[in-house]
Amino acid sequence: MSLTVSNITKTFTKFAALSNVTFEAEPGEFLALLGPSGSGKTTLLRLLAGLDQPDSGAIAFDGEDFLQLNARERRIGMVFQSYALFRHMTVADNIAFGLTVRPGKERPSKSQIKAKVDSLLKLIQLEDLGKRFPAQLSGGQRQRVALARALAIEPRILLLDEPFGALDALVRKDLRRWLRRIHDETGVTTVFVTHDQEEALDLADRVVVLKEGRIEQIGKPLELYRDPSSAFVFEFLGANNQAAGTLRGSSVDFGGFSVPAIVKGAADGTAVARFRPFDTQVSRSGPGFPVKVLSVLPAGANLRLELQGADGQVYETQHAHDQETSDLKAGDTVNLLPTKVYVFA
Amino acid sequence: MTASAPAQPTNGVPENFTPPHPSLHTNRVLPGFKVSLGFTIAYVSLIVLIPLAALAARPWEHGWAGFWSVLTDGRVLASLRLSFTTAGAAAVLNLFVGTIIAWVLTRYKFPGVKILDAFVDLPFALPTAVAGIALCTLYATNGWVGSLFAPFGIKIAYTPIGIFIALVFVGLPFVVRSVQPVLADFDAEVEEAALTLGAAPWQTAIRVILPGLAPALLTGFSLSMARAVGEYGSVIFIAGNMPYISEITPQLIIIKLQEYDYAGAASVGLIMLLWSIVILAIINAAQMWLFQRGRA
Amino acid sequence: MRARPAEAPKAAGAIGLSLVAVFWLGLIILLPLVTVLFEASKGGIEPFLAAVAEPDTIAAIQLTLLVAAIAVPLNAVFGIAAAWCVTRFEFRGKGLLLTIIDLPFTISPVIAGLVWMLLFGAQGWFGAWLRLNDIHIVFALPGLVLATILVTFPFVARELIPLMNDQGTDEEVAARTLGARGWDIFFRITLPNIKWALLYGVLLCTARAMGEFGAVSVVSGHIRGQTNTLPLQIEILYNQYESVAAFACASILAGLALITLLLKSVLEWRFAGELAANRRH
Repeated sequence: MSLTVSNITKTFTKFAALSNVTFEAEPGEFLALLGPSGSGKTTLLRLLAGLDQPDSGAIAFDGEDFLQLNARERRIGMVFQSYALFRHMTVADNIAFGLTVRPGKERPSKSQIKAKVDSLLKLIQLEDLGKRFPAQLSGGQRQRVALARALAIEPRILLLDEPFGALDALVRKDLRRWLRRIHDETGVTTVFVTHDQEEALDLADRVVVLKEGRIEQIGKPLELYRDPSSAFVFEFLGANNQAAGTLRGSSVDFGGFSVPAIVKGAADGTAVARFRPFDTQVSRSGPGFPVKVLSVLPAGANLRLELQGADGQVYETQHAHDQETSDLKAGDTVNLLPTKVYVFA
Repeated sequence: MTASAPAQPTNGVPENFTPPHPSLHTNRVLPGFKVSLGFTIAYVSLIVLIPLAALAARPWEHGWAGFWSVLTDGRVLASLRLSFTTAGAAAVLNLFVGTIIAWVLTRYKFPGVKILDAFVDLPFALPTAVAGIALCTLYATNGWVGSLFAPFGIKIAYTPIGIFIALVFVGLPFVVRSVQPVLADFDAEVEEAALTLGAAPWQTAIRVILPGLAPALLTGFSLSMARAVGEYGSVIFIAGNMPYISEITPQLIIIKLQEYDYAGAASVGLIMLLWSIVILAIINAAQMWLFQRGRA
Repeated sequence: MRARPAEAPKAAGAIGLSLVAVFWLGLIILLPLVTVLFEASKGGIEPFLAAVAEPDTIAAIQLTLLVAAIAVPLNAVFGIAAAWCVTRFEFRGKGLLLTIIDLPFTISPVIAGLVWMLLFGAQGWFGAWLRLNDIHIVFALPGLVLATILVTFPFVARELIPLMNDQGTDEEVAARTLGARGWDIFFRITLPNIKWALLYGVLLCTARAMGEFGAVSVVSGHIRGQTNTLPLQIEILYNQYESVAAFACASILAGLALITLLLKSVLEWRFAGELAANRRH
C-alpha cells in the first residue's frame, strides 16, 4: 500500500468535519475524494498535506508515519484551488522554487534545475511562457503551472484541491484529459478533491464518496454507478427519478405492472424506487404510469422528456430517437415504464 | 436541530457556518509564530506598556485627594477647558470643510487637483515646530493674514483664536483622508438609482450619500479631535501660553515637569491618556460599523 | 460595483464647492508652507548658509539623523514581526494588541515624552539608581530615541497589517509544501510581496521621526549642541528672535516634508495595488 488513512477524526469547535475515515491508495493510483460542500473532503486533503492535524487516527505513507512529519517534510505536491502561484516570480522561477529552496547539499545544480524546469514546461506545453508572470497567464495556464511546480519536487503523492474549480466548462474538459495523461506518464499517486461527480467518474481509478464527514462508499467509477450502496450515492452520481411502489423479492410492483429491482438492504413492503432517466421506456399503449408530456428537448443523440404524473410528480427521461418517441409533443399523454429500478434501505 | 439540543458536535456543516479564515489552519504550518509574537509583545511592553504603567501609577503619591486637587486646580481646569473647546471647535469646522474638500477631490477634475490632493497630507509630513513658527508669523498682527484682521481690532496670534487656527491645520487631513476612500468607492449605480427616482443632485448627496459616510465622518472627527487635544508643537508658538487664558493642557504638563511636580504632571497626563483610549474605542466602533455596512 | 468617474465641475454648485476647497487648502495648508520658504529666503542666500553652517545647527542635524537611524530600523523590524504574527496566526488577545499598536496615533506627544521622565527622570522610578550608576537616559540620546520610537512605532505595522491580511497565506503555505524553510518563505515570498508597503511605512516613520517635536522636547533638556534635534533648535532660534536662522532650519525640514510627499505620491501612484487600501495616519 502506498497511502493508508485509518480512523481519521477531525472536529472543529462546532461540528465534526471527519469521523472515522479509513481508506487506502495503491501506488500510482488516481483517487478522487467526491462529495458535496461540507462533506469534509477538503479538510481530508489538508490533513494529508500536513496543513492540519487530525484529532485521532493515523496517516501513513509506505509505512512511514505521516503525522510525525510537517508539511515541509512530507514532500507532497499540492495544487491549491487558488493555485497560489508566487505572483512576483516568473513561471520558470515558480516551477524551480521547490528545488532552489533545498538545503545546500541536496540542492541540484543550476543547470540541473534549468533542465528540470524546461522538461516540465514541455510537459505542460508552455515552453515559450517560462519568462511570463502569473498575472499574464489564463486560468488554465496558471493551473498547469501550479501542477508543474508541484511535480518539480518529485512528490511522493500529488494532492489537488478542486483542480478545475475556477475554470470554465470548455477548458475543464480539455484539462481533465490532459491531467489524466500527465498522471499516466509520471505515475505518481494522486488524490484529488471534487464536488463534480462527472469529473470524478471520468478521471479517477477509484472514487471515495464522502457525506457529512463519513465515507459513504469507495469503488471504481463503474462499480459506484452500477452498484451504489445508498440512496445518497445513487442520487449524487447523476440525475434520477423516484416513484412509490411495493417491493416484493427482486421486483417492485407499481400496481398493474412490476419492474426488476436492484435491492440494497431494503425489506419487502412499501418502498421508494429510484431509476435513471435512460432506464425508461415511453409508449402510447404499453404498461406504465400515465403521464403528460411537459416538454421535449432534442439533446443531441438523445431525446430528453419532462413528464408529469397524475399526482403532480415530475419525471425526467432520456431516450434514443425512435419511432415511438420522435413524434411526441408537449401535452401528449403517454405511459412511462421504468426498466430497472433501485431500492435502498 | 432544536434549540434545546445538546451542544455536541454534529456531522456536516451547520447552517450559516462560515469556514474559519485560512490563517486559523496555519498555526502549525507557517513558522515563526513564537518568535514574532514574543518579539512583538516584548517590544510593545518596553515601549508602551511599562511607560504607561508608570503614568498610571504616578498620580497617587498623595492619594486620591492629591490627584483630585490637581485636577480641580483652577489653572488645570482652565487649560482642559481651553484644549477641549478649541479642539472640538476645530474638529467641527474640519468635519464640514474636510468633507467638502474630500468631495471635490474625488468628484471633480480640474488642473492641479492631483497636486492639491497630495498637499492635503502636508500637515502630516511638516514637522509641527515648522508649522508652529510659520502659523505664528502668518497670523501675528504684522503677518500676511494677521495684518488683515488687525485694523478691526481682532488679534489672532497669542489668543485662543490662534490655537484654534493651528488645530484646524493639524486636524484637516484626518477628515479628508477618512472620508475620501469611502466617497471614491461609493457605488455609482446607487446614486444613479436615486436620480432615476426623481431626486435632485443635492437631495441625492444629502439623503443617499451622506448617511453612507457617517462612520467615516465619525472616524475623521475623532482622529482630528484626538490629535488636536494632544497637539503641542504647532500650537505653543501661536498660543501665547498665558495661564488661565491661552495655556493648553500639554503645555501645562511640561510646566509641571519643569517644576519637578511629577505627580501633578502624571495626573494631568493620565486624564489625557484615558481620553485617548476613549477616542480609540470610538474609532474602533466606527470601523466596525463601517465594516458591517460594507458586508450588508 | 463601479465608482463614479471624476468630471470637470460645470454646475454653479460644483464650481462653488471647488472654489471653497481650493481656497481653504490654499489658506490653511499652502500658505504656512509659503511663509516658511519666504521667511527663509528673505535675507538672501548668505544669511541662510551662515545659519545652517552654525555648529549648533550642524550638531542638531546630526543628532536628528542619528535618532532616526536608530528608531526607524527598530520600528521597521517591529512592524514586520507584529504584522507576521497578527496576520498569519490566530491567538488570544489579538484585538488588544492591535488596539495598543494604534494607541500612539491618538496619544499626545507630550505624554509620549512624559512617560519616559516618569521612568528615568530625576524623580522617576529609576532616577536615583541611574544617577548612582551615572547612566544618562533622559536629557541624553537614549531618551530622545525612546520618545521617538514611542511616537512612530505604529507606522510600519499599520501599513503592513491590512496588506498582509488581504494577501492571505496561500503563497506562503504553498512554499511550505514545496519544502521552503522559515527564512526562505520570508525573504523569497513574503518580503517581495510587501516591499513597497514596507518602504511606504518606513518613509512615513522616518518623516515623523525627524520632525517629532513634542515628545523629544520633554526629554531633551535643550542642551545646545548636545541634545537639541533640528526641530528643537528651531524653537530656540525662534524664541531668541533669530528669525532668519529659525526659518532657514525650518526650510530644511519643510524641504524634507515636500520630498516625503513627493515620494509618497509616487509610491501611491506607481504601486497602488501593492499598498494597503485602507490607510490611516
